Amino acid sequence: MKIVQKTLFLMVLLLMASPALAKEHLRLATTTSTDNSGLLAELLPPFEQANDCQVDVIAVGTGKAIKLGETGDVDVVLVHARSLEDKFVAEGFGVDRRDVMYNDFVILGPAADPAGIAGSKNAAAALGKIAAATATFVSRGDDSGTHTREKQLWKAAAISPSGSWYLEAGRGMGEVITMATERGGYTLSDRGTYLAYKTKTDLKIVVEGDPGLFNPYGVIMVNPQRHSHVKVDLAKKFLGYLTSTQGRDLITGFRISGEQLFYVQQ
Amino acid sequence: MSYLLDSLLKALELIFSFDHEVRMAVWTSLYTSGCATLLSGLAGIPLGLWLGTSRFSGRRLAITLLNTLMALPTVVVGLLLFGLFSRQGPLGPLGLLFTPLAMIAGQTVLAAPIVANLVLAAVAGADERIIKTALTLGATRLQAAHQLLREIRFGVMAAVIAGFGRVVAEVGVAMMLGGNIRNSTRTMTTAIALETSKGEFAFGLALGMILLGVALLVNLGLNLLQQR
Repeated sequence: MKIVQKTLFLMVLLLMASPALAKEHLRLATTTSTDNSGLLAELLPPFEQANDCQVDVIAVGTGKAIKLGETGDVDVVLVHARSLEDKFVAEGFGVDRRDVMYNDFVILGPAADPAGIAGSKNAAAALGKIAAATATFVSRGDDSGTHTREKQLWKAAAISPSGSWYLEAGRGMGEVITMATERGGYTLSDRGTYLAYKTKTDLKIVVEGDPGLFNPYGVIMVNPQRHSHVKVDLAKKFLGYLTSTQGRDLITGFRISGEQLFYVQQ
Repeated sequence: MSYLLDSLLKALELIFSFDHEVRMAVWTSLYTSGCATLLSGLAGIPLGLWLGTSRFSGRRLAITLLNTLMALPTVVVGLLLFGLFSRQGPLGPLGLLFTPLAMIAGQTVLAAPIVANLVLAAVAGADERIIKTALTLGATRLQAAHQLLREIRFGVMAAVIAGFGRVVAEVGVAMMLGGNIRNSTRTMTTAIALETSKGEFAFGLALGMILLGVALLVNLGLNLLQQR
């Protein structure tokens, strides 16, 4: 039984030495597009150093990120679905929403372009043609910001998509691009994730430039009156940092293979 | 072929460059699964011994329940404890969600039934006379149980190893309760899931190879312990 005693002792030591307890932590729920693209890896370290804290990034879809804010399991959310964000603030779950940056959505498709939509500037009409041609379309199907936008576009096209050509993946943007590549289908993606995936997919941008594809990101602090444990000071500093000159310069300076992913409003 | 070769080279590169993030992921994996295995041993071994040696009505039902718990999907455990640890849940004020402690709790729930079941099987396979003889020779019940434990130590070790195997390899609980936070709750398996979702298949596979290597080392260590 000596071994058990020793291991128990060791475990208690380990628990006490757990680095997770050392610094102040700010919990940030955000979307896969900001994290997987590598933006946060550039953006967060200067903030962490300046404030001697650690930002814990939980990268999920916009829908889930907002849910985590509602339950108070995070301090700040950084998401991209204006309709959901406004609801989140209106219902008193979040306060102090600020515009952070924007990019745009694009419709990706195979080079063969079976629906014949390449070069179109009307996203809703292009989706209509995809449905008419019953060409494969891979949907996120996960209540993410991109999925929310896709549903809005289908609504604008007056179509409720269903059938064997419409695949609801229920996965992140990267997986959906991979799936659409393998199946030779179309999909809606944010431009950032597409650029990050450019070398790994055969899909090309077939539709871009529609005002309906504008993709703004907002940051919201979880309402401390609802959840008293929210780290108000640190969260306020974080909101300030993202919208400061330093934060904006880092966002606009972020490049993947020479291409700019995110823009800020002047 | 080049894909697999690339992953192998990448794995070797990662190991020998002592990449900080990879080291943190290995450490988090070992730390959480290690603690969870230990806790599930503390709960599962006595439970298995008790179920194996005592006779009471409802015992068969208890064993069937225990067997069913072995089939618990990791996401179900994740979901249950998520509700428990979330700020909205009964244990919310503790703020445990998205910490290593929440992962340890979830993995303990996963591993304990396996440990208990395999210990129970080992007891069933042991000579029934061990306990009786010990009791006749004047041992207390606790001493008799200790004697039984010595006799079936290989089976107990196998149970602990199986429990460790399940938790170090699972991704559902680690992802849902840990949140895959870099340098904090990112384990080998959630890192693999992340790299796969980013399309970095070679990198993901490289991490997979490291995970396998780490599991091999742990089992070698346990094997040595067993032979003493």
